[in-house]
Amino acid sequence: MFPKTEPELPERFCGRPTVNPVKCPIDCKLCIDVCPTDALKKENGILTVDLGRCLFCARCAQDCPTEAIKFSREYRLAARLKNDLILSGPEMKLVDALDKKTKALFGRSLKLRQVSAGGCNACEADTNVLSTVVFDLGRFGIQFVASPRHADGLLITGPVTENMQLALKKTYDAVPDPKIVIAVGACAISGGIYVDHTQVNNGADTIIPIDLYIPGCPPHPLTILDGLLRLLGKIN
Amino acid sequence: MQDILSVSVYNGQAIDLQEIPQLSIAQFRAAIISAVESGCRIASLFAVFSKTDKGQLYVVLAHDDTGKLYILSADVTDSYPSITTDCLQAHLFEREIAEQWAIRPVGHPCLKPVRFHQPYRDAPDIWGREKNEKILPSVMEFFQSDGDEIHEVAVGPVHAGIIEPGHFRFQCYGENVVNLEISLGFQHRGIERSLIGGPNKRTLHYMETLAGDTTVGHSSAYCHILESLAECSISPGVQTIRAIALELERLANHTGDLGALAGDVGFLPTASFCGRIRGDFLNMTALICGNRFGRGLIRPGGVAFDLKNERVWQLLEKLVRAAAKDVTVAVNLLWNNPSVMARFEKTGTVSSELCRKLGFVGVAARACGIECDTRFNFPFGTFQFAHIPVSTWHTGDVFARAYVRWLEIQRSITFIQNQIDMLHESKIEKPEIGALAPEKLAVCLVEGWRGEICHVGITDVEGHISHYKIVDPSFHNWTGLAMALREQQISDFPLCNKSFNLSYCGFDL
Repeated sequence: MFPKTEPELPERFCGRPTVNPVKCPIDCKLCIDVCPTDALKKENGILTVDLGRCLFCARCAQDCPTEAIKFSREYRLAARLKNDLILSGPEMKLVDALDKKTKALFGRSLKLRQVSAGGCNACEADTNVLSTVVFDLGRFGIQFVASPRHADGLLITGPVTENMQLALKKTYDAVPDPKIVIAVGACAISGGIYVDHTQVNNGADTIIPIDLYIPGCPPHPLTILDGLLRLLGKIN
Repeated sequence: MQDILSVSVYNGQAIDLQEIPQLSIAQFRAAIISAVESGCRIASLFAVFSKTDKGQLYVVLAHDDTGKLYILSADVTDSYPSITTDCLQAHLFEREIAEQWAIRPVGHPCLKPVRFHQPYRDAPDIWGREKNEKILPSVMEFFQSDGDEIHEVAVGPVHAGIIEPGHFRFQCYGENVVNLEISLGFQHRGIERSLIGGPNKRTLHYMETLAGDTTVGHSSAYCHILESLAECSISPGVQTIRAIALELERLANHTGDLGALAGDVGFLPTASFCGRIRGDFLNMTALICGNRFGRGLIRPGGVAFDLKNERVWQLLEKLVRAAAKDVTVAVNLLWNNPSVMARFEKTGTVSSELCRKLGFVGVAARACGIECDTRFNFPFGTFQFAHIPVSTWHTGDVFARAYVRWLEIQRSITFIQNQIDMLHESKIEKPEIGALAPEKLAVCLVEGWRGEICHVGITDVEGHISHYKIVDPSFHNWTGLAMALREQQISDFPLCNKSFNLSYCGFDL
C-alpha cells in the first residue's frame, strides 16, 4: 500500500541519528556542548540522543572527531512512547499499532483536528502537504476536519505557548471519547528550541496525554505519514 | 528635517551607537512625522532599557527612493506624546512598546495589548493588569459597532484548517463587514528576549523558526547583522547561494499561495497542481541543504553547503521542468477562467493612499502599485549586481496580490537561472566570523517572500547582543487585511486572508 518502492530522500537529508558507542571516547563531550537543545546526554560513559529534542541540525555530527554520531537518511522516526525516542545505538523501536479495539474504531477512518500551539508553520506546512495529490492522505482514510466535534483526535504542533494552553485544552475536551493525540515536531514533543521559555510549556504532553510522537524540525512529510500509518497498523 | 536626518546608513551597515543622533522626545516625534511625510517609511521603532532603567526609543526610517536608512534615538520616560496621532505608521509599534516597557504613548487612538504578556520592566502595566495576574490572550476591549441590525462574529484562535492561531472579530451589517479587528499573540514564544546576551548556540535556531516558512529570509537577515557587526566580508559565491535560496523560498510560497487562492474559490485544477509544484520548489531547497525549509543552510560567515557540479545541473533541470512548464500551465488557468476572475477582481481592495499611510510592505504594497522592494530599493549581497525588476499591479485587490505573485514567480525563476551560471567559482568558507564590535547598531533589510524583513542588532560594551529587534513583514501588513475586509462580504474573508497570507508566529515572536 505505502510505499510501493522506497521513497528517495535528498542526498543531504538528515534522518535518524545513529550512535556508535564503540567509537565514542569515554571522556569526550564535544557533541553535548554544541547541541542547541541538550538532546545529547552521557551517563556512565554511554551517549544517548533524544529524538524528541533533536532539531536534526547535525552540529553534533559535524563536531564529532570520531564519527561516533552520524545522521542517516532513515526517515522512519515516530514512536508510541517518549522513552523509545532516546537512542543509544543504531536501532530504534518503531510505532506499534493501536490495540485491536481502538484500531477497529479508527483503522479505516481517522478524522483529526489540527491545533497549532506556537508552531512556526513549518510542521503545519509539512502536515498540510499530506493532503495534496502527492501524498493523498485521504486514500488511507485519514482526514483533517474543521471542528473538534467531528474529530477522533488531535494533531498538535508547537511547544504549547502559555497563550494557547487554554485553547488547546478546550479543543481536546471538545473531541468525543475515545480519542487519540499526536504530537508532531520537536516543539510539540519537548518544547524544541523553546524549551524552558517562560512563555511556553515544554511540549503538548505537559497538558494532555499523547499517543504518538513524530520527531523532526520539522518532520519530513514521509515521517509523519509513516507514523500515522504504523499507528493504524497499515504498515508493519 | 534635513539637519536631523544627517546620519544615514545603507542596508547591512553598522554604526557606532555614539554616532546616532540623540534627540529630545519632541524632536524625535517631529522628525519621524516629517520624514514619513517626505517619503520615508518606519521600518522599525522600538524601546531599549538599560540595566539602570534608562529608556531609549530608536527608529529606523527607510527612504525607498535613495536606499538610505536613517536612525534616530531619544530618551524616554514613562510616557510621551503619541506619534500615531500624526503618523499612522507608528500605531502598532507604539502599542508594542507600551506593552513591553509600560511606556504610555499619550493620545494613542487605539492603545491595546499586542501579544498579551507582562511588561519587561518593573513598572505598572498600561492596562492595569496586576503583576502576578495571568494574562489571557485576546482579553481586551474590541471595537464595536452599534445598531439594531449589527451583529458580531468571532473566529479563532483555533481555525478550521491547518493554520496558526489568531482571533478575528467582525462587526457585520447583514453579510457586509463594517469592521474587522485582529487580535494575535497566541504564538508568543519570547524570542527577542532570548536573544539578549547572545549570540549563542541557540540563536540561529530561533531565527530559523521565528517564522518557519521564512527560514531563509530571517536567517539571512540575522547573519548579515552578525557579519556587519563583526566586519566580516562574504564571498560572492556564498551570496549567490543565499540569493538562490531566498528566491526558492519565494517560489515555493508564492506557488503555494496561488494554489490556495484557487482552492478558496473552488477552482481545483490550479489548487491541486500548485500544491504539488510548491513541494517541487521545497525539494529544490532540500537538494541544496537536505531540508525543505532551508534549515541549516545559512550560517554566520557563509553557508553550510556548497552548490556545484552535478547538483547545479540537477537544480537547473528541476527548476526548468517544474517552473517553466508546470507552474506556467497551472497558474495561467486562473487568468483565463471567468469564474475565478469574477471572485478575484474588486475583492478586498486596498487603496495605494491607505497603503502608504499605514506603511504596508511586500506583495501587498506592490499590488497597490507601490514600487517598494528591498531587493531593488535597498540592494544587498547579490542583488547589488543582479537586479530583479519590481513587480507591481495597480488595482490593490485579491487579483492584484495574486498577479504580483505570478510576476514574481517568473522573475525569480529567470534570476535563479542566471545566477546558476555564476556558481562555478562558488567557494564555501568555514563559517567563523570572530567577535562582534562593541557598542554598535546594525540594520539589515531582506525582501522575504511576504515583504520587508527588518532586523536591528545592538551590542553592549563586551560585544554581546544587548538588544535585538525583529520586524516581520506581517507586523506591517495585518492591518492591511483588516482594511481590505471593510465593506466586503464576510464570506470573502478566507479569500482575502489567503491573498495576504501573513505570518502569526512571525508577528507574535
